[in-house]
Amino acid sequence: MTAKHLISIEDLDRAGIERILDRAQSFAEVSGREIKKVPALRGRTVVNLFYEASTRTSSSFELAAKRLSADVVSVRSTGSSVDKGESLKDTIQTLSAYDPAAIVIRSPHVGAASLVAGWCDASVINAGDGKHEHPTQALLDVYTLRRALGGLDGVNIWIVGDVLHSRVARSNILAFRRMGAEVTVTGPPTLIPRGIEALGCAVQPTIERLGEADVVYVLRMQHERMHESFIPSLREYAARYQISSARLAPRQLLMHPGPVNRGVELSADAIDSPQALIGEQVKAGVAVRMAVLYELLVGTPILAAVA
Amino acid sequence: MKRRLFQRELEPAELLIRGVHVLDPRAELDEERDVLIRSGVVAELAPPDSLPAPAGGEVMDGSGKHAFPGLVDPHVHLRTPGQEYKEDLRTGTAAAAAGGFCALIAMPNTSPVVDDAPVLTSLCDTAMRQAQVPVGFLASITRGLGGAELTEMAELRDAGALGFTDDGRPVASAGMLRKALQYQRLCGGVIALHEEDPGLSANGVMHEGTVSARLGLAGIPSISESTMVARDSAIAGYEDARVHFQHLSCVESVAALTAAKQAGARVSGEACPHHLTLTDEVVRSLDSRFKMNPPLRSEADRRALVEALRSGVIDCVATDHAPHARHEKEVPFEQAPMGTTGLETAFAALYTELVLGGELELAVLIERMTAGMALYDLPTPRIAPGERANLCVVDLGARWEVGAGGYASRSENCCFDGRTLQGRVLLTLADGGVAFRARMLAAAEAIA
Repeated sequence: MTAKHLISIEDLDRAGIERILDRAQSFAEVSGREIKKVPALRGRTVVNLFYEASTRTSSSFELAAKRLSADVVSVRSTGSSVDKGESLKDTIQTLSAYDPAAIVIRSPHVGAASLVAGWCDASVINAGDGKHEHPTQALLDVYTLRRALGGLDGVNIWIVGDVLHSRVARSNILAFRRMGAEVTVTGPPTLIPRGIEALGCAVQPTIERLGEADVVYVLRMQHERMHESFIPSLREYAARYQISSARLAPRQLLMHPGPVNRGVELSADAIDSPQALIGEQVKAGVAVRMAVLYELLVGTPILAAVA
Repeated sequence: MKRRLFQRELEPAELLIRGVHVLDPRAELDEERDVLIRSGVVAELAPPDSLPAPAGGEVMDGSGKHAFPGLVDPHVHLRTPGQEYKEDLRTGTAAAAAGGFCALIAMPNTSPVVDDAPVLTSLCDTAMRQAQVPVGFLASITRGLGGAELTEMAELRDAGALGFTDDGRPVASAGMLRKALQYQRLCGGVIALHEEDPGLSANGVMHEGTVSARLGLAGIPSISESTMVARDSAIAGYEDARVHFQHLSCVESVAALTAAKQAGARVSGEACPHHLTLTDEVVRSLDSRFKMNPPLRSEADRRALVEALRSGVIDCVATDHAPHARHEKEVPFEQAPMGTTGLETAFAALYTELVLGGELELAVLIERMTAGMALYDLPTPRIAPGERANLCVVDLGARWEVGAGGYASRSENCCFDGRTLQGRVLLTLADGGVAFRARMLAAAEAIA
């Protein structure tokens, strides 16, 4: 049985994640062909509804849907009726008139994707809801790591930076744990949410023991956090938490969800080092999102029947 | 004595309730009785099935049912004036009557704010035409709830204000609160406080804890409330002022209130049915009906509130009935307004969860649900000969699904919606008149 929506990593068990990753691997081969399309979603409509700025997530979802031969409608909040004060519910009811097979939604608000799932018949994919979750990012990160390491069982992953404001951190902690990894989060104490251990991770106040990590996953440090007094200055943040080549052992892998603030959370030499998987993560985005769309809209049972 | 409760004149009840189990904890009455009401006054309490039907009156079979003193609620939002699309005095008091309440105190955070005598006078006039049960009004402490200038508290008292509150917001400035408490010596009236340090609650939308960490929602730490309870208890003690703490939600606030009472400060506190029965675990659903301020907190907080209610550290139950329109609540959790309705479910929720759950005795629950008016120097409902009839008749065995039959309130944002609760109000008498009668009773036998 496949799920209808992808709202949270909690919607997937380990087998479900592995099924998506396996399929992503076969779609990655499609991306290597001259004609990068398969007809799986021909005649079906995918709506991308983005209430927040996004480059890689929105473009990779659009490419993923197009490579599955779906008709794609992309709606951004600026320049649309959302700009004119239309409520989310009314927008969804309007878009439902086009009978979409899937709605991909990015919203600054926690729970937006699950609300949308209750308001329409389409499959809903959460492309980021506030600080809650970003499940497709977690899937592409697991995909990237699985390719690099073969598997995540027993792998020690450190997530470094602004965990408080990060949906990527939440989805990734859950996904890494489901896949058998150990997870430690670290960052300025003002940016580590009280109670985060309940997600199954350990908390460290400093990067002193970073050497224990097999994988260092660095989060984006947003400039506005300084003005909100979460950190006294970007300079002090960088001094204590910036990941540079000097702070990494050669065996450690480096990841970042992008976009990177060069010289803040990552030094230039670390970004460009061979142990950085940042480019691989971006490349994985299209194939993994194709696999998610396929999983929700076509699904295993039908594939099995065809085979 | 100045009039401080306002309602539409109801026809005085002529009614005999036969063989009903009367529970009035203050009268130490816990037995079956015939309750005779003549001209809206309790005329007689007699052994069961001993009284003849009154001439020209109605007889209700009370066997298997309970009669309690009418419940009172010192904290409701009736939304008049200005937000009648959420609730008005007619629908809000109808919801109260349906929940067994015979008196309410309404908060001033309306539009406009009840911050001057003309607004209050007009509101009292409206209540005299529309309110099904008596309603008292608090005026705001500061103009427009702005926290910067005191209202004309003395004139507002003369116009009928029971007391003062900036509910919905704290009085953030200790200096401003101190002035209000000093001024209380001139005008009287309880000062009720919504306690929240805005620097700590910031942009929070739910309790800060493991659930907020999981959901990525900004948390409201318990200390944002308790530090203000401690601060304002100290100021009240220093000024020997009378202060009431509204909707207490956490174990730290219970500790602060306990300490203030032990130190002899003239303070009291209330707790809400939702804080006494639910925890932040339910917020995992991201259902905006579970969004209220203060937020649902942890199980340890809930237990501390129940224990404080049992021991009397927390003096009374208040619903903080806060209606919002459907379109306002049908948005992502962070954007939804804070508040749940509560008048129609308060008794059943507390009876089901706390009494049937073994955490609180029924007599204690009834005592705490009828204690709120005395805190504002108003009489407490009693079931005793010579008293105006303020009582409710309840079927403690009846189970019902919240919301299945609609709501008397204009709004449906009830945190208990869809739950099956036990204990159903059948009849409410408020100030001598029938304010509510369950539909199944409408066909009750009338005796000529």
